Amino acid sequence: MRLNCPICGERDRREFYYKGDAVELDRPDPNAGSEAWDDYLHNRDNPAGETRDLWHHESGCGAWLVVTRNTLTHEVLRCELAGANTQ
Amino acid sequence: MGYSALKIIKEGLFGQRGWKPVWRDPEPKSEYDVIVIGGGGHGLSTAYYLAKEHGITNVAVLEKGYIGGGNVGRNTTIVRANYMLPGNSEFYSHSLKLWENMEQDLNYNTMMSQRGVMMLCHSDGQRDMFARRGNAMVNQGDDAELLTPEQVRAEAPMIDFDNVRFPIYGGLMHRRGGTARHDAVAWGYARGADQRGVDIIQNCEVTGIDIEGGVVKGVQTTRGAIRTKKVAIVVAGRSSLVGAMAGLRLPIESHVLQAFVSEGLKPLMPGVISFGMGHFYISQSDKGGLVFGGDIDFYKSYAARGNLPMKEHVMEAAMTLMPSIAKAKVLRSWGGVMDMSPDGSPIIDKTDTQGLFLNCGWCYGGFKAVPGSGFSYAHLIATGTHHAPAARFLMNRFRSGAVLMDEEGTGSQHNLH
Repeated sequence: MRLNCPICGERDRREFYYKGDAVELDRPDPNAGSEAWDDYLHNRDNPAGETRDLWHHESGCGAWLVVTRNTLTHEVLRCELAGANTQ
Repeated sequence: MGYSALKIIKEGLFGQRGWKPVWRDPEPKSEYDVIVIGGGGHGLSTAYYLAKEHGITNVAVLEKGYIGGGNVGRNTTIVRANYMLPGNSEFYSHSLKLWENMEQDLNYNTMMSQRGVMMLCHSDGQRDMFARRGNAMVNQGDDAELLTPEQVRAEAPMIDFDNVRFPIYGGLMHRRGGTARHDAVAWGYARGADQRGVDIIQNCEVTGIDIEGGVVKGVQTTRGAIRTKKVAIVVAGRSSLVGAMAGLRLPIESHVLQAFVSEGLKPLMPGVISFGMGHFYISQSDKGGLVFGGDIDFYKSYAARGNLPMKEHVMEAAMTLMPSIAKAKVLRSWGGVMDMSPDGSPIIDKTDTQGLFLNCGWCYGGFKAVPGSGFSYAHLIATGTHHAPAARFLMNRFRSGAVLMDEEGTGSQHNLH
């Protein structure tokens, strides 16, 4: 698997740390209640197909990326800077 | 069907044409008392114990592929009860007892071999931790021995004791652990369930779960609709997808775990050796192949095949532990789709939908749980109450934070187990 870092270009998967589902970008309000926080922390869509993950280019530029890829084929569809999603 | 040495010789002489299928291939009926979705090890043992322990025989096991084609046929065959935390400890203890009596119970040779599971430690702190775990195992009624480096050497002289980074400080030996023939476990439970009247329906994929007013009414399948009052989901890596058919959003992520087999070698391994610091475990099959594996690939996947970085990591761990196997060739590798839960422990529970049950979250340790999981799940389905050894495998533990079973101590968080 190779990821196309927007800053560094296409790099081997070994350069990246996998953080988890990109649901972590949608952090609930601190007062959203236990149900919202339980859902955010534990429950997952876990799709067989297109999914969004957070990856860290730890052996490269250090950027956090949102990677859209296919869990059935391991095809990487898009790599975007996570900052662009949150700002 | 009877098996005997005479029968094997006779079949060998006459072209192996006399063997008969050991379970039927029935058409699905229009209605069952219980429908088990998933014909893996856990689903088959669930159906078997529903029939044997509870007399519920009007049961269908719906399998989208074929029996033995999923994770029960693609694992490293290790059986053990060396857990530490309340909840897990009593469950795996019960499961191991079922393993020990499985061949007599099923009248089927599952090649259960209690050749021992030995975990290695490499520091004073880790040895102390093993002493604590061993005491927990003994308190549970299982067996554990803390071994000195000399005792480890006597058990496993082929490993590298002088590795600078991971010197051998001792081991925790669990002699009742071992390996079993994974396919035979699936076949044995399938045969046992079939003999008691359970319909095992292969090539039958569930495409929908019918719910009316919060009550289960039946399932839709690729071979038509089937009515039932109880639906038991036990589909491992596909749990999120089947759960979604019933409106469930589960605390599960599907990840791929790889395993490997070498060419056949002369007897080398005493039993199962677990090199936890390298995320590595290895045993030797009766055919002589080294069977070994490592950690999950650490990204969500339904692909049932892994990537090269984890293959490299596993081979490096093998070389760290046992440089002597450097020239052995790897024959094949495979990947299974694991249902990873946040705390690394499973779920056997009811749902908010009446008649809908859920069994998932076995992470990378489902094989050793096959008998215990089916036994406890069948108990829950038949009686509506949790079976004592599995009474803590509740879905709401993540929300409440009570009775989390986080054996690795990494926190109840996805992607840390």
